[in-house]
Amino acid sequence: MKKLNAAAIGAVLMGSVSAPTLAAAENLTLCWAAWDPANALVELSKEFEAESGHTMNFEFVPWPNFADRMLNELNSGGKLCDLLIGDSQWIGGGAENGHYVKLNDFFDAEGISMDDFAPATVYAYSTWPKGTPNYYALPAMGDANAWFYRRDWFERDDIKAAYKEATGQELREPQSQKEMLQIAQFFQEREIDGKTVYGAAIFTERGSEGITMGVTSALYPWGFKYENTPGSYDMDGAVNSPEAVEALEFYKEFYETATPPGYTNSYMGESLDAFKSGQVAMAMNWFAFFPGLYADPNTGGDKIGFFVNPPQNQEGSTLGGQGISVVSYSDKQDAALEYIKWFAQPEVQAKWWELGGYSAHNSVLNDPGFTDSAPFAGDFLEAMGAVQDFWQEPAYAELLLAMQKRVHDYVVADQGTAQEALDKLIEDWTEVFEDEGKL
Amino acid sequence: MSNGTMDRVASATPPRVARKVRGLSDRAIAWIFVAPTIFLLLAINIFPLIWTIQLSFTDYKANRIGREVKNIGLRNYERILTDTDIWLNMQATAHFLFWTIFFQVLIGFTLAWLINRKFKGNDLWTTIIVLPMMLSPAVVGNFWKFLYQPQIGLFNYIVAFFTGKEPSSFEMLGSVQLAPWSIVIVDTWMWTPFVMLICLAGLRSIPDYIYEAAEIDRASKLRQFFTITIPMVLPFLMLAVLFRGIENFKMFDLVVQLTGGGPGSTTELTSINLKREAFEKWRTGYASAYAIILFVTVFGLASIYVKALNKVKER
Amino acid sequence: MSSFSITEPSGRSKWFAGTLVVLYALITMVPLVWIMLTGFKSPADAISYPPKVVFDPTLEGYVNLFTTRTRQTQDFLAENPPVTWADEIVRQYDMVIVGPSKFGERFMNSVIIGFGSTFLSVFLGTLAAYAFSRFKIPLADDLLFFILSTRMMPPIAVAIPIFLMYRQLGLSDTHLGMILLYTAVNISLAVWLLKGFIDEIPREYEEAALIDGYTRFQAFYKVVLPQAATGIASTAIFCLIFAWNEYAFAVLLTSATAQTAPPFIPTIIGIGGLDWPAVAAGATIFLLPVMVFTILLRKHLLRGITFGAVRK
Repeated sequence: MKKLNAAAIGAVLMGSVSAPTLAAAENLTLCWAAWDPANALVELSKEFEAESGHTMNFEFVPWPNFADRMLNELNSGGKLCDLLIGDSQWIGGGAENGHYVKLNDFFDAEGISMDDFAPATVYAYSTWPKGTPNYYALPAMGDANAWFYRRDWFERDDIKAAYKEATGQELREPQSQKEMLQIAQFFQEREIDGKTVYGAAIFTERGSEGITMGVTSALYPWGFKYENTPGSYDMDGAVNSPEAVEALEFYKEFYETATPPGYTNSYMGESLDAFKSGQVAMAMNWFAFFPGLYADPNTGGDKIGFFVNPPQNQEGSTLGGQGISVVSYSDKQDAALEYIKWFAQPEVQAKWWELGGYSAHNSVLNDPGFTDSAPFAGDFLEAMGAVQDFWQEPAYAELLLAMQKRVHDYVVADQGTAQEALDKLIEDWTEVFEDEGKL
Repeated sequence: MSNGTMDRVASATPPRVARKVRGLSDRAIAWIFVAPTIFLLLAINIFPLIWTIQLSFTDYKANRIGREVKNIGLRNYERILTDTDIWLNMQATAHFLFWTIFFQVLIGFTLAWLINRKFKGNDLWTTIIVLPMMLSPAVVGNFWKFLYQPQIGLFNYIVAFFTGKEPSSFEMLGSVQLAPWSIVIVDTWMWTPFVMLICLAGLRSIPDYIYEAAEIDRASKLRQFFTITIPMVLPFLMLAVLFRGIENFKMFDLVVQLTGGGPGSTTELTSINLKREAFEKWRTGYASAYAIILFVTVFGLASIYVKALNKVKER
Repeated sequence: MSSFSITEPSGRSKWFAGTLVVLYALITMVPLVWIMLTGFKSPADAISYPPKVVFDPTLEGYVNLFTTRTRQTQDFLAENPPVTWADEIVRQYDMVIVGPSKFGERFMNSVIIGFGSTFLSVFLGTLAAYAFSRFKIPLADDLLFFILSTRMMPPIAVAIPIFLMYRQLGLSDTHLGMILLYTAVNISLAVWLLKGFIDEIPREYEEAALIDGYTRFQAFYKVVLPQAATGIASTAIFCLIFAWNEYAFAVLLTSATAQTAPPFIPTIIGIGGLDWPAVAAGATIFLLPVMVFTILLRKHLLRGITFGAVRK
């Protein structure tokens, strides 16, 4: 720790002394999704501007268009972004197609060690091929899908009594997926303070990645696996296992019996709207939004509680989050690397968490005060201990779109059975891997 | 229309006049004038088309720089034509095409016929009716999405007001049954004026003396409508259908903004599906074959239709 | 039109027809009026149930459209009192304006690309149309048909090779790339429309000029162009409207520098979900010029639509 701090301070000093003389002041553009943490990053980056003399521009794209826009930008060799905080699944394509600069030499030269970051985040956000020490990004934002609920409703005696009467159980933070469904069904179309409310807002979006992120939050706790043996691409029996079928049927039941009307194509924004407008008792969303939700004057503070995606057969949360990469088409790679060097410092990481970003740095996460620093901080650590991610293959977009289609067709458009949906998904995925020459 | 007279004037002009002209020869000027257009079209339309044909026989992926590109013959075509999901997209497109044209012709013709009564101020009201078709389909699709929101959307509220249903009891964009109609409604709202204008041109092209002759023969108004109005307007109407058909076969922006192809794949028109294959999955070779199939389909259907149209015109 | 004509509709049928048409026109206007009203609502009013027809108008949507804002702490807000009326509006959400949004840039891109491509397509189109109209060009009919048939390709299909080509040439996400592309799409229509207009100008005028010693060029721009001015103007409006409204190419081939307003407007987000008043404000600003144009220039426009269609 001490050594690292010294090194970091040294780096800061070096940076502040040498930057104006050696490197010309550049105008850097950082690309990310448009959401709460992005605003925090703007705030944080002001220090970098002051220290380095570079100026920062930001291109924030709304989530529904983020992948489309940014992958298009990378694939057309665009120079818009010097730095990109890209989604975890892009790393395979980013590395293999040469969109991202490989950071190993830079890390070695600057004394940045990946051992200083939480292992799950390094694995997911930085490495390609998975788990090998080849780094294409620095973990920037840890994230996972989790839940929040109306604590004020859960604590009301009349509601608690009604729940007890209806189910014979105590109303509490759900300890399993099925208990969560039961609670959601209990709230569905219930009158609270003269207003009809609904169970929960879940992800059902078709266009980008929404419903896949929602469905996997049920699949993982049921024990879903992408392959029988990792790295073998043998999916039959894994993707369509009885547990997977049961989990998918569960998600459909959840959608049909415990969500507000009209939430047929909803993702992050809709989930937030549903909760903030007091329509739902619970909602799923990424940890990234939790600071904002907690600060909300109407439904935040005492009125909100948070919990990790409940287990069923096992623990499991859907991974979100991103690493920060340098785009290989950029003409300002040196300045961009300077930014990463600055960002990796423990003090900056601490400030990052303070401002509402989810640092993946051990010095922040292992700090004894971390779990008490926010009501969802403990949950975050717990979730990050059992996260799983979607395929991160270079062909990830094809794999994702196939899943979006099969799952949305089944869950929302009510076509076929869960078994058929997953069988077809295996067919689609097999085709993709055959095209890739991996099968 | 006035080509006949023009040609006659042209042929009557002595060729000597042209030859006496100073400066560049006519032929040179003709080529200088036409060349930039032809060049631009070759560069941005024809060359890409040929390239697409070439790509359609490969497994090229535009997002995989450095990956070996293999020639795979007709494999892409075979895959597309045997893919049941793509046939569902074709069906969705056919449903959309048929019903939009049906409603637009019905309403468009009726409106044109009414406007042709030449009531006071018809000119201004016609312009107001025409407004929707001048607007950006993407922006229109986006704000109709707002109107279609259950509960808070104006459309649901108005329907609820007249039918007594709960405004949140139906979801225009979210329900499998209603979503295909939601896009038909918006397209009809937007493009009925186009059919109307062309029908209006047709109605106005009918000379008064034909009706006067019919009056003298004591033909009833109804009979006049079916024996004069309809046949005389038909070529115009068919033309309008051709244009709408081609445009709606290509439909992308409006529907992408409204439903994005959902729920499930119920409103995933071929263009939307093609966009997913080409620019989200980045299966460039496959998508190229898909594009060629679509192009051949439109071109084929349009040619057959134009033949039929010419027959109607000859009558 | 003499009132004695037996084909002149009766007063009663006129009144009936007029009522129906006006009714249809009013219904047609409802969505447009609604979106303009929404632009002046607060976010809460915009999503209220039942939908509010009467509400307190606010410029919040427009402020959100043109600015970026961040949430600030109470201390910061207390230290920095609001300066302008726009500041006051965002203060109710504990926010401060930190700068302009991207909307202005995107709107300007629409203007540059729209006018640039319109100028180019009308310029090239007029030349080509004149040549087709006045000279014997081998295979003229085939060429004309070919020019028109290029419009049958779905834009997405064309976009695949264009994307590859532009990537190679470095034209992706540039104004020039988009201007060339829109010109290529528009030029077929421009040639067809303009040929029609030029065909209508009697050749005798030019012939007379040529005999007077004008060169072809002089005859073209001193005699033909002034005569074709109306036609050129209405063709220009069509090209402009197309380029202004285009979405598919814009969304696929531009990302920041040259992105136009149509792909941008649907992505304006506020806190949480879509900021409907800001979206509505953006739509209003974007659509209004077209509406005003249409109403002011209705005579030429309406003729253009039917003319282009009926000629074939």
